[in-house]
Amino acid sequence: MAIEVRNVGKRFGDFVALEDVSITVGDGALTALLGPSGSGKSTLLRIIAGLETPDAGEVVIGGEDVTQTAARTRGVGFVFQHYAPFKHMTVHDNVAFGLSVRKRPKQEIGERVRELLGLVRLEGLAERYPSQLSGGQLQRMALARALAVQPQVLLLDEPFGALDAQVRAELREWLRRLHEEIHVTTVFVTHDQEEAMEVAEQIVVMNEGRIEQAGSPRDLYESPRNEFVMSFIGPVNRIGDAFLRPHDIQILPESDGTGTEALIERVVHLGFEVRVELKLHDGRDIWAQVTREEAQQLELREGQILSVRLPAPRVFSA
Amino acid sequence: MSSSGGGAMAVSPAPSGRLRAGSPAGSAGAGDRAARARKLGVRTAALGYLALLLLAPVLMIFYRTFEHGLAPVWSAITAPNAVHAFWLSLEIVAIAVPLNTVFGIGMALLLERGRFWGKGLLGLLIDLPFAISPVVVGLTLVLVYGKTGWFGNWLAGHGIQVIFSVPGMVIATAVVSLPFVARETMPVLRELGTDSEQAAETLGASAWQTFWRVTLPGIRWGVVYGVVLTTARALGEFGAVSIVSGRIEGQTQTLPLYVQDRFENFDPTGAYTAAVVLALLALATLLAMNMLTRHTRRRTPV
Repeated sequence: MAIEVRNVGKRFGDFVALEDVSITVGDGALTALLGPSGSGKSTLLRIIAGLETPDAGEVVIGGEDVTQTAARTRGVGFVFQHYAPFKHMTVHDNVAFGLSVRKRPKQEIGERVRELLGLVRLEGLAERYPSQLSGGQLQRMALARALAVQPQVLLLDEPFGALDAQVRAELREWLRRLHEEIHVTTVFVTHDQEEAMEVAEQIVVMNEGRIEQAGSPRDLYESPRNEFVMSFIGPVNRIGDAFLRPHDIQILPESDGTGTEALIERVVHLGFEVRVELKLHDGRDIWAQVTREEAQQLELREGQILSVRLPAPRVFSA
Repeated sequence: MSSSGGGAMAVSPAPSGRLRAGSPAGSAGAGDRAARARKLGVRTAALGYLALLLLAPVLMIFYRTFEHGLAPVWSAITAPNAVHAFWLSLEIVAIAVPLNTVFGIGMALLLERGRFWGKGLLGLLIDLPFAISPVVVGLTLVLVYGKTGWFGNWLAGHGIQVIFSVPGMVIATAVVSLPFVARETMPVLRELGTDSEQAAETLGASAWQTFWRVTLPGIRWGVVYGVVLTTARALGEFGAVSIVSGRIEGQTQTLPLYVQDRFENFDPTGAYTAAVVLALLALATLLAMNMLTRHTRRRTPV
């Protein structure tokens, strides 16, 4: 089901959490709400779920205005940042909860739970308690629990926030594949631009309660609308009012005298990527991103003076 | 003393296990021994205090009760007034404890989850029974419900006698044991947070279902502990009940009142026997809680 948020505003006391926010999420899309903490992204997600009431505006799910509808009848699945497991219930009972409060027959519940535990790869752990699961397993249990009631919309609050790096990477990949499999309209909140770029089809960049820009990851990266989006999505060098991407900076062989003169202050090898920290002849610091091969060919080393060609910088009018 | 020994001394407040692991091999000596001695000292002091104040008197009561054999104990325990006091105590507990449990859980929810004006004041009010002497509680009840009281007259007109009868004793008991369930439940409720309740809500649970299936199981240890404390307090209550009851033998005498009555009437065996029964009832409550928590904890490692 498509989600439409129209002119939503929300205050907590004096703090303006959301101000005139409108977004559209297409049916079956996988969308990320991306922004720094305090940008209002979690509040927006909770408003879509019905866990918060907006002060102004409407929430429309599948063409129906649900602004006044209680969370329990909205048909949304919500995965909490810290998973919110029912600690006194087994994994099976956690996943079965939504069906058992609907008083479905036992046999149907059993079958559905088995199916879901298979989907999230927790087959053998049905009789465990949440305290006996790892973070990644809890996350998948929470997801199965949310999916059990066949929600029209799946909402995830910082789904990978509390996991260590390796589990995170695995789960991201897995969430994307799961989405391809079940195709439920999905919105997740994250502060990690890499995560948003990797998982989402559409990204909504938020800052200070407003939407800065919405679009595909590529759109946002290649044509950011303002300096916030430019600097939040992808690495960036800032020279005065101008912004340029580190990988757009070209390092030229020493003999070539056409570029700007620069001193290499540090070379950091990050595997395939090499980060070169430079001081330009006018004293400004920038850094360039080159591949391992380029760095080898150019024989880059610290203290070396060479010339660089800077791309046309992007300038955003205030 | 070597410098490493001095280092060990500096960290000696830490548990000795960690201390030993932290100090280099061979220098564990002096600091370690000092720490162990200090720990032993603290332990002895704590146990000694407990023995002097609690264990010795309780053992003494048991000894004095049974020092002349079982026959006098049996006749004391089967005395009609003793039996009546026993059942009356249980009756009052059976009414007051459930009342306070429901009230306490509701109050804890209100104070932890609610947002309203005067919440701080309400939190203070709840603790009032802890601060006020039970005798004063009893007196105030007489003032309100007694014959000359606010609506004692009106109640008497409708055939309801509160003071000098069971209703008043139940009220007095409920008042003095009021705060326990709320106070024990509130921190557990805070720790539980609202996430799991909201999760239940998004999964389609009604408020009622959420309370029974998520909130209550989540706070059950706090509630159980509160109930145990309430029961113990209700069983032992003397001051407030003493004033409200009028201490009519065989009618409004609870076990603690009966103990006092026997003691004053030069019947030590009767007093000690009733005291032992009270102690055993309290012990049974504690054991019941212990078994309950252990039984369910094994099934649900929370």
